[in-house]
Amino acid sequence: MEIQPILKSLRRQKTAAILIAFEIALACAIICNTLFVIVARMDRMQIDSGIAETELLRIRTATLDDPVDKPLRTAEDLAALQAVPGVVDVAAVQQVPFGNSSWNSGVAVERGAPPVVGATNYFDNGNLVKTLGLKLVAGRDFQPEEYINFQDLFSTDETFVGMAIITQALADRLWPGEPALGKAFYTDTDPIRVIGIVDTLIRPSFGDPGDAPMSVIYPVRHAPGLEYLLRVRGAEPDAVLKQAEVALRDVHPGRLILHASTFVEMRERFFRGDRVMAMLLIGVIVALLIVTALGIVGLASFWVQRRRRQIGVRRALGATRGAILRYFQLENFLIVTAGVAAGMFSAYGVNAWLMQHYELERLPLYYLPVAAVSLWVLGQLSVLQPALRAMRVPPALATRA
Amino acid sequence: MFRYYAWLAVRGLRRNPVLTGLMVLAIGIGIGASVTTITVLHVLSGDPLPSKSDVLFYPQVDPEDATHYQPGDQPPDQLTYVDAMNLLRDARGKRQAAMSGGGAVLVPDQAGVDPYVVELRYSTADIFGLFDIPFLHGSGWTAEQDEARERVVVLSRRLNQRLFGGENSVGREIRLSSHRFRVIGVIDEWRPNPHFYDLTTGAYADSEEAFLPLETSIDLDMGRNGDMSCFGSERMSPEEQQRSGTCMWLQYWVELESPDARADYERYLANYSEHQREIGRFERSFNGRLHSVMEWLDYKRVVPDDVQLQVWIAFGFLVVCIVNTIGLMLAKFLRREGDIGVRRALGATRRSVFTQYLLEAGMIGVGGAVVGLLLSLVGLAAVRMQPVDYAGFARLDLSMFLMAVGLSLAASLIAGLLPAWQACRIAPALQLKTE
Repeated sequence: MEIQPILKSLRRQKTAAILIAFEIALACAIICNTLFVIVARMDRMQIDSGIAETELLRIRTATLDDPVDKPLRTAEDLAALQAVPGVVDVAAVQQVPFGNSSWNSGVAVERGAPPVVGATNYFDNGNLVKTLGLKLVAGRDFQPEEYINFQDLFSTDETFVGMAIITQALADRLWPGEPALGKAFYTDTDPIRVIGIVDTLIRPSFGDPGDAPMSVIYPVRHAPGLEYLLRVRGAEPDAVLKQAEVALRDVHPGRLILHASTFVEMRERFFRGDRVMAMLLIGVIVALLIVTALGIVGLASFWVQRRRRQIGVRRALGATRGAILRYFQLENFLIVTAGVAAGMFSAYGVNAWLMQHYELERLPLYYLPVAAVSLWVLGQLSVLQPALRAMRVPPALATRA
Repeated sequence: MFRYYAWLAVRGLRRNPVLTGLMVLAIGIGIGASVTTITVLHVLSGDPLPSKSDVLFYPQVDPEDATHYQPGDQPPDQLTYVDAMNLLRDARGKRQAAMSGGGAVLVPDQAGVDPYVVELRYSTADIFGLFDIPFLHGSGWTAEQDEARERVVVLSRRLNQRLFGGENSVGREIRLSSHRFRVIGVIDEWRPNPHFYDLTTGAYADSEEAFLPLETSIDLDMGRNGDMSCFGSERMSPEEQQRSGTCMWLQYWVELESPDARADYERYLANYSEHQREIGRFERSFNGRLHSVMEWLDYKRVVPDDVQLQVWIAFGFLVVCIVNTIGLMLAKFLRREGDIGVRRALGATRRSVFTQYLLEAGMIGVGGAVVGLLLSLVGLAAVRMQPVDYAGFARLDLSMFLMAVGLSLAASLIAGLLPAWQACRIAPALQLKTE
C-alpha cells in the first residue's frame, strides 16, 4: 500500500483532515488526564483501613448525664454490649476510621523540634487493638495497669501518657530505615515511648492516601466523646446492631443514638463522593469517545460519497476491493496518528497546568500508549462502515458519467 | 429575504435528519455538560450576603511562637479567646462579633418526644446587626447579658416552628442538655451560602438552629463544633483551652464601612500585634491579614477542586463537540455543492449563500440549546442526589438559562463559520458542468 497518494489526496482536503486530527488530539489530552483522575480516585477507595471492617459495628450515643457520671456509664454500656449475642469484643474510643471528627497532633522526634508529621490520636479506653482487629507487627498491646484517665492528664503535671502504639507508616516517617520500637517521640514536652507497632490504621478522614495511615494509639481512658465499637462473629451484623441499640436503651432509657452503622456502610458513605466523581468522569470519557466516533463516521462517509467516481475509476483500472478498504483504513490511521502525536504533548501540557492548580501528580508515561492504542482502535472501528461502503462501489460507476 | 433563507435552512436541515440530529445532539451534550458544571460552580462561588459582603472583614493575627516560624507562613485562621476579647474591647469597627459553632441535645418539654441534637452558634452580642439577621419576634442579647452569662437563646424560624408551632415564643423556655434557656428572639429564614462566617463547620453547611451568648456557652461547657488548634507546650484541660491565649478556635468578623476604615483597621491590627509583642505575648513580627468576605472565601479556596476540575473537563468536552460539529457541517454543506452551484449560477451572491448556511448553523444551535438545557436539568438533578452538602443549591437560575442559550448559539455559529465560508466559495460554473 502506498502512502504517497493518500497524503496527496489528504492535502487536497486539508480542512476536514485537520479537524479530525484536532478532535483526536483534544480527546487524547482530555482522556489521559481524566483517566488519571479516575485512577487516583479508585486508589483512594481501595485503601486498607487496617481494621476488620466486615465484622465491626459502631454506635455513637449521647446522654444528658452529668459528666462526672460518664466513666461509670461507659462501663455499664460496655458490659451490656458485650452481653449481646454474637458480640466477641467491645471497645470505646473517641474517634473512628471513616468517622467525621478527629483529634490531631504534630509529632516531633526531639523535644522542642518542629513536628515531622501531623498524626491522629486514638484514645483507647481498653481492648481497642483486639476489637479493631489490628495486626501488631512489633512490640505489644497495653497492659491494664498502663491506662490513665483523660482528666488526670490535666489535673497534675506529673501524669503524662508516656507510651503509645503507632502504625508502621508513621514509624517509617519518623525514623526512616531504623527500628522504631522503644524510641520516643514528642507532642509536647514529655517523651512518648513506642511500645508497639501495628501494620496499619488509617486516620478518620484524609485527602491524600499517603497521609492516611499516620495514627497513634494512646492508653487513655474516658476521653470526651467516646463511641462504642463492637466486633461481631457468627451473627448477622445488622441484626446485632439492632439488638445492641435495644441493649443500650435498656441501660439508660433517655438515650440518644446519634450514629449506629456497620463499617461496610461507613466506608461506602465515606467514599461516595469519590465514587460519584469517578462515575461522572467515566461518563464524560464514554460520551467523548462516542462524539469523536460519530465525527469520524460523518466525515469518512462524506469523503466516500465525494470520491465515488474516483473509487470507480480505480476499481476499473484494476484496484481490488481490499485495496480500496485498506486505502480508507490507512488514511484514517494516518490522521489519528497525527492527532495522537499532538494529543500526547497537549496531555502533558494540561497535566502540568492541573498540577499547578490542583493537587494532582505527574501523569505516568504509560497512559500515553494506552490512550494512543484506544484512539487508533476507535478510529478503525469508526471508519470501517464507510470504508466497506467504499469497497462496494462498482467499477462500472467510472463509465457512467 | 430572511424568511426565504430560513425556509431554505429548514429544508436543508430536513433533507438529512440523521446528520442534523447528530449535530444537535453533539452540541446539546456539550452544552448540557458545560451548563451543569458551570451552574454548580456559579452557586458555589456566589456572594453569601450581597447586602453586606463588602463591609464585613475577617481579621487574623499571629500569636504563635517564633521557633517554628518559616518566612511566608500564613497566620492561623482563627483567634484565641484572649485576642478576640482584646479586639472586641477596642471595638474599632462599627460592629464586631466573636463566635464559634457548637451543638447540644435539645430535650423537648412535652413528654414522649425524643430528645434530638441541634446545631448552635455561640457569639457575642453584635452578630445579628453585623450579619443583618432578620427577626420575626423579639431581639438578640446585649453585651451586658453576654457579660453576665445569661441563659438566653435566639431560635431559628425552623426550630421555633418545631418547638412552638411557629407562634411568638419570646419568654418561653427550652432545655439544652441539662440547662434551661429563656427564648428572647426568633429570627426569620437566614441561610447564607457559602457558610462564610465559619468555614470550619462545613463551607456549605446549613445555618445553625439557635444562637446563644458566647460567654454563657463557655461557662456551661457546652459542646463545640469546628476546629481548635493550640500551640506551645503548656498542657491544658479542654475548659482551660477555651479562655486561653494559646488555643485558636474563634471566628471574628468586623464591619468597616469605607476603604479608609479598612486601612485604619489594618494599621490598628499592626499596632495591636506590636503592642502584644512589647508585653511579651506575641513572638512573631506582625503577620496579620484583613480579608473581606469574598477575599476570605477565595483565600480559603471554598469552591471544591472537584467542581473546578469538572468545569474544565466539561469545557474541553464542549470544544470537542464544536470541532465535531464543524466537521459534520462541512460534510453536510459540501454534499450540496450542486445546489449551491445552481443557486450561485442563478444569481445568488456569496453573501446570501453564506448567510443561508450560517442561519442553518444557528438553527442547529437553537436545537442544541433545547437539548442542552434538558440535559443540564437532568445533570443538575443528578448533582442534587450526590452526597455533598452543596447538592441542594444546584439549580438552574435565569442567568444560567440565558448563558446556556447564548453558549449554544455561539458554539453553533462558531462551528458554522468555516463550513459556511467554504460553501459560499463554491464556483457556479464548475458545478453546473459536472452535473
